[in-house]
Amino acid sequence: MYRKKVITSLAVAATLGMLLSSCANQASTGGATTGSGNRIDIPALTKIDTPAGAVLPAGDGKGTCPSTTTLGYIGAETGANAQLGINIFNGIQLAINEHNAANAGCQVQFKKFDTEGDPNKATGPVAQAVSEADIIGVIGLPFSGESKATGNIFEQQGLVHITPSATNPTLTENGWTTFFRGLGNDAVQGPAAAKFLTGKLEAKKVYLVQDDSDYGIGLGTATSAALGSALAGTDKVTTGQKDFSAVISKIINSKADAVFYSGYYAEGAPFDQQLVGKGFTGTFVGPDGVKDDQFVKLAGDASNNAYFTCPCIPGELIPTFESAYKKLANAEPGTYSIEGYDAATVLLAGIDKGKQDRASLKDWVKNYDADGLSKHYKWNDKGELQAPTVYGYKIAAGKIVPIGPIGE
Amino acid sequence: MLSTLAMSVPADSNWINFDVPALIQNFWSATFDGLTFGAIYALVALGYTLVYGVLNLINFAHSEVFIVGCYGVFFTLSFLGFGPSVPNLDFWSIVLNLVLALVVAMVASALTAFVVERVAYKPLRKRNAPRLVFLITAIGVSFSIQYLIFLWRGPNPEVALTMFRPTPIFDVFGTIIDSQQLVIVLAAVVMMVFTDQFISRSRTGRGIRAVAQDPDTATLMGVNKERIIITTFIIGGLLAGAAALFYVMRIPSGVQYSGGFVLGVKAFAAAVLGGIGNVRGALLGGLLLGLIGNYGQILLGSSQWTDVVAFVVLVLVLLVRPEGILGTSLGRSKA
Repeated sequence: MYRKKVITSLAVAATLGMLLSSCANQASTGGATTGSGNRIDIPALTKIDTPAGAVLPAGDGKGTCPSTTTLGYIGAETGANAQLGINIFNGIQLAINEHNAANAGCQVQFKKFDTEGDPNKATGPVAQAVSEADIIGVIGLPFSGESKATGNIFEQQGLVHITPSATNPTLTENGWTTFFRGLGNDAVQGPAAAKFLTGKLEAKKVYLVQDDSDYGIGLGTATSAALGSALAGTDKVTTGQKDFSAVISKIINSKADAVFYSGYYAEGAPFDQQLVGKGFTGTFVGPDGVKDDQFVKLAGDASNNAYFTCPCIPGELIPTFESAYKKLANAEPGTYSIEGYDAATVLLAGIDKGKQDRASLKDWVKNYDADGLSKHYKWNDKGELQAPTVYGYKIAAGKIVPIGPIGE
Repeated sequence: MLSTLAMSVPADSNWINFDVPALIQNFWSATFDGLTFGAIYALVALGYTLVYGVLNLINFAHSEVFIVGCYGVFFTLSFLGFGPSVPNLDFWSIVLNLVLALVVAMVASALTAFVVERVAYKPLRKRNAPRLVFLITAIGVSFSIQYLIFLWRGPNPEVALTMFRPTPIFDVFGTIIDSQQLVIVLAAVVMMVFTDQFISRSRTGRGIRAVAQDPDTATLMGVNKERIIITTFIIGGLLAGAAALFYVMRIPSGVQYSGGFVLGVKAFAAAVLGGIGNVRGALLGGLLLGLIGNYGQILLGSSQWTDVVAFVVLVLVLLVRPEGILGTSLGRSKA
C-alpha cells in the first residue's frame, strides 16, 4: 500500500521535474550566441630574438671537473602543481645533457628532490640536499611559499640556489646571500599587467579580484596601485570558492570592461566561466598563476576572453630549444622550462670555469653578467634580476600563445 | 565610485567596512542570486529535517548523499558529450539530456541514502544504540564516502560542464533574471510544496508524522516503522539528487569529493534556522540563509564574508528562538 503511494509520488515528481527542465531550456534556445564583445586583436608572436652571444650549456667543450660534481633540483615532482616542476626539471636536464655531451672532461651529475610544492614538506628534501657535500648548486625552489620556508637552510650552508619561478617580492628581503631569482617578481608583474590592461587592451575600467594566497594578495596590491584611476573596484575571493555570483553582479554593475584576477587557475577558470555566463563581454586577464592549459580546459569556450601576463619567456619560440626539449621530454616546453634551462646554464658555466665548490660557485652567480637564451642575467645585491621582462599571452584556437613583452 | 575606491585598499584599521551604496546598487541581483542558492539549500535541508523529524538523528552523511547526486549529473552529462563549452544542441535534446541527468542524480542520491540507512543506521537501531553513537556513525559515514570519492577521483574538481547558456528572461528593477535562476527557484519551490503536501496528505506522509510524534504508539497503531524510515531517507535522497542537478547547473566546477561538505553544513543550518523537523521551516530557512549570506557579502565588501554573516545571523536567531523560526515539530505541525 505504502509502496504504491511512493511509486505514484515518484512518478509525479519525475513528471514535474521533466516539465520544469523543459522550462529551463525554453529560454536557452535564444541564448546560444555569445557576444565576443569588441575585443582588441593583438597578433600572436611567432618568434623571439635570442641574444647573439647567449651563453649555452655546452660552453667551449674544454671544461674539466671531478666526476662527483653535482647540481640539484629541489621542488615539486608530484602533487597538485607537479606540472610546473616537471617543466622546470626537464629544462635543467636538457641543459645538463647538452653540457655533458660537449664536455667529455666534465660530467655533471643531476639529482632531484621532491617537495610536492608544499611549504610544510619542503624542509626535509632541502635539509637532505644541503647535507650532500657533492651538491654545489641548486635550481629551485619553484614556489614562493616553499622558498620562504627553506631559504634559511641554504643560507646557513652557503649553498647557492636560483629559483626559476618563485615571484613573491619579499623573498629577496630576508638578507639571504644564497638566493637568486631568475625572473621578474610580482612587483614588476603587477605594474606591467596594469599597463597591459589600460594600454594594449584599451580597458577604461578594470575590476580587480584577488584570492587569499600570499601570491594573490601581493600581486593584487601591486597591480591595483599601478592601475590608479582605471580601477573600478576590487573584491576578494577564497581559495576553493566555487560560486562567484555576488562578485560578478558587482563587476557587471560597475560597468567594468576588464577584469584582472590575481590568483591561480583553480578558481580563475570557474570564475571566468561564470563571468561569461552572466553576460560579461569584456576581457579577463590573469597572471602566471592562471596561465596554464588547465585554465582553458576548465573554462571551455568562456576562456576566449582571456589574456595572461607572465614574467616567463615563451621558450617554445626558440627553435633550437624547442626541438631539443621536445626530443627529451616528449612534450612542448611549458611555462618556466626555459627559465630552468637558463638557471642551470649559469651554474654549469661556473663549473666549467673552475668554480667547483659551494663558496666559489656562489660568488660566480653573484658577479654573473651575461646573456642567457631567454634574457640577460645580472643580479643586484639582493638577488633580483636587474632587467626582467614580462610577457603577455592570449588564447588562440584553444591554446595559450605569446603576444610579446608588455609593460615597457 | 569614491566608496568603491575606498574599499580597494583595505588597511588593518578598517578591515570591517559597511558598503551601503554597493548593497543598494546590487540589491536586486543579490536578492535573486540569494534566492537561487537558498532554493538549493532548502532542497538539501529537507533531507536533514525529514530524517531528524523521524529519527531525531542528524544525518551528517546527507551532504555525501548530495555529492553523489552531483557525480551522477556529471557522469551522465559527460557521457552524453557535454563539456565546458556551451553545447551546440537543439532545445529538445538539451531538455531530454537534462531530464536524464535529473533522473540519474535522483536515483543515485536516493540509492546512497538507502544504502547508508541500511548499512550504518539500521544495525544500530536494532541494538538500541544510544543517540550519540548514531551521531558519530553519521560523521564517520560522511567522511568514509568523502574519502572513497577522493581515492577514486583525486583531489581536483571535475571539469566544469556547461548545460546551457543562461539567457535573460525578464527585467525586475533593472536587474535581469536569467532562465537558470528562474528554473531553479521554481523547480525547487514546486518540489518543496509537493513534499509538504505529500507529508500532510498522503497515507505515507501520515505515517511519517505519526512516527515522528511517537514511534511506539505509531507502531502499535499499525504503522510499519522500518518502512517509514526507509521512505523518509529515500525522499530526502530524491530531493538531494534534484538539488544536485541545480547545483551543478549553477556551479559547474562544484563537483569535487569535498564539495558537499560546506553545502551540507549550510543546508543543516538552514534546517535549524527554520526549525528542524519542520518541512516549511526548511524552505524558509534555506531561502533566508541564501539571502542573508548574499546581502552580507555585498554589504561587507567581499565574498569571504558570506559564511560569517550567514552563521552569525543563525546564532542570533537561535538566541531569540532556540526552536527555529517556525518551531521544530514535524509531528505536530499542521503541515
